[in-house]
Amino acid sequence: MDALEVLTYIVWLVASVTFILALKFLASPSTARRGNQLGAAGMALVIAWTFFTVEGMLENWWIIVVGGAIGAVAGFMGAKRVPMTAMPQMVAIFNGAGGGAAAVVAVAEFLEFADHGAGLLPLPFVIATLLGAVIGSVALTGSIVAFGKLQGIVTARPYMLPGQQIITGAIFIALLGIGVYVAAVDNNIPLFLVFCVLALVAGVVLTMPIGGADMPVVVSLLNSYTGIAVAASGFVLGNYALLIAGTLVGASGAILTQLMCRAMNRSLFNVLFAGFGTAGGAIAAGEEGEEQLREITAEDAAVLMAYGKRVIIVPGYGMAVAQAQGPVRELMDLLVAKGVDVQFAIHPVAGRMPGHMNVLLAEANVPYDRLQEMDEINDDFADTDVALVIGANDVVNPVAREEGSPISGMPILNVDAAQNIIVLKRGRGAGFAGIPNPLFSNEKTKMLFGDAKPSVEELVQGVKLA
Amino acid sequence: MELSAFELLSALFILVLAAVVGYEVVSKVPTMLHTPLMSGANAVHGVIVVGAMLVAATSEGPIRIALALVGVILGTINVVGGFVVTDRMLEMFKKRPGEQTRERR
Repeated sequence: MDALEVLTYIVWLVASVTFILALKFLASPSTARRGNQLGAAGMALVIAWTFFTVEGMLENWWIIVVGGAIGAVAGFMGAKRVPMTAMPQMVAIFNGAGGGAAAVVAVAEFLEFADHGAGLLPLPFVIATLLGAVIGSVALTGSIVAFGKLQGIVTARPYMLPGQQIITGAIFIALLGIGVYVAAVDNNIPLFLVFCVLALVAGVVLTMPIGGADMPVVVSLLNSYTGIAVAASGFVLGNYALLIAGTLVGASGAILTQLMCRAMNRSLFNVLFAGFGTAGGAIAAGEEGEEQLREITAEDAAVLMAYGKRVIIVPGYGMAVAQAQGPVRELMDLLVAKGVDVQFAIHPVAGRMPGHMNVLLAEANVPYDRLQEMDEINDDFADTDVALVIGANDVVNPVAREEGSPISGMPILNVDAAQNIIVLKRGRGAGFAGIPNPLFSNEKTKMLFGDAKPSVEELVQGVKLA
Repeated sequence: MELSAFELLSALFILVLAAVVGYEVVSKVPTMLHTPLMSGANAVHGVIVVGAMLVAATSEGPIRIALALVGVILGTINVVGGFVVTDRMLEMFKKRPGEQTRERR
């Protein structure tokens, strides 16, 4: 081992530590940004080191420069231009790109070494290559479908193929069969390519039956998959930086996915295979639309809040879509100036992703110590004068406490315990999950229909006059 | 190509230890930071661009060059986009003086 090689290992070690610290610093709001920058610095180090020290790199410099320039411009523009509401989609796309890259690396390595004949390749090498190819491919197409569903290009409803289970099962068995054959019997290139195509199809087939409301979980899971694919590539290439970074993300992504499922009180299996929204149709049909909804004017709602002691604001996706976080902050400031205790109740899956609401409200400079997680604040609703629900629906739906609904068992915010409930809602339809919400016909509930932004602006005017 | 038992075992050690670290580090993150965390982790696996670069370094035929180019493009999108978008999210969590105290009840 020469000096350069030793230094390479040291660089990998340093980069790996920065990645670990990046994830660790993300655990606290005060260090999170520094953590991300540290991770970026470690990444820059390992990329630069690889570029300048690996043999052959400088002969093929144009691939790196051209590819890097295209990728950097695309990634930078995408990241800078995306509105905060579309953040989950953007993460899905970046994740798909990573998965695609891992699959491409696996394919390139297989083609390179299977070509050289002379007996079977070592089993661990082939297995890692196959894993990189299959998981990377699933992450690629799965992320694209997730992007489509979140963006509204693909139907957010669960889409089941006729004979879905049979197709999924057949693809799985084919992948397994071809994989074993390619690994143990013959490093056959055409079969390997069939294997990759099947994996691409599998990503689509597995993601389409999952409802749009569950996409955050799927994005998180696919993020974890890409990590595993990257770890497999790291093994194939004998690169510890890839192996460590990939495993880190694979493990942390898996935990994050579990945390998200737990927040909805559902198992991962249930999310992935239950076809959310297709069950529980009976309840949905029975209570549709007939109930009386009480409306309230913005002025009356403003007075109710301005003279209350305690107001809890419950933001949901409607606030994100309407970009109402700025006016919401203004409303909070005015109420606080009048001596009202204003808190925000953040359901773990409010919006399209955990923390989605926190990001939006932070963007509007709402101090994060006013944002309370569900468990911290759920008991406080009982002595709250007004619960102001802004574009949230499924996360405050009391149906979740009963049996037989698709969201049964999901913990919800106890909004219905508040003295008064004001719901800002765009229209009279059901929520993202397509389930009617008896909270809206509760006798304590008053509805204020309309886009969240003008509605909140009217509330702001009302509080100013009150 | 040869893989020694020592190499395999080293890889196994790294794999298991990194998985434990990944698990430990994430299980303490508050919900409010889950989206930035997912995005940050997403940026970290962009290190795959290094893998694509290694493919590029040994590229001769047109197929391998094409694969390397696609890999580098996708990997760079992942890395650059991932870190920039995470930074944009975290920019919003800046702590402002005078707001530290919790005023509840």
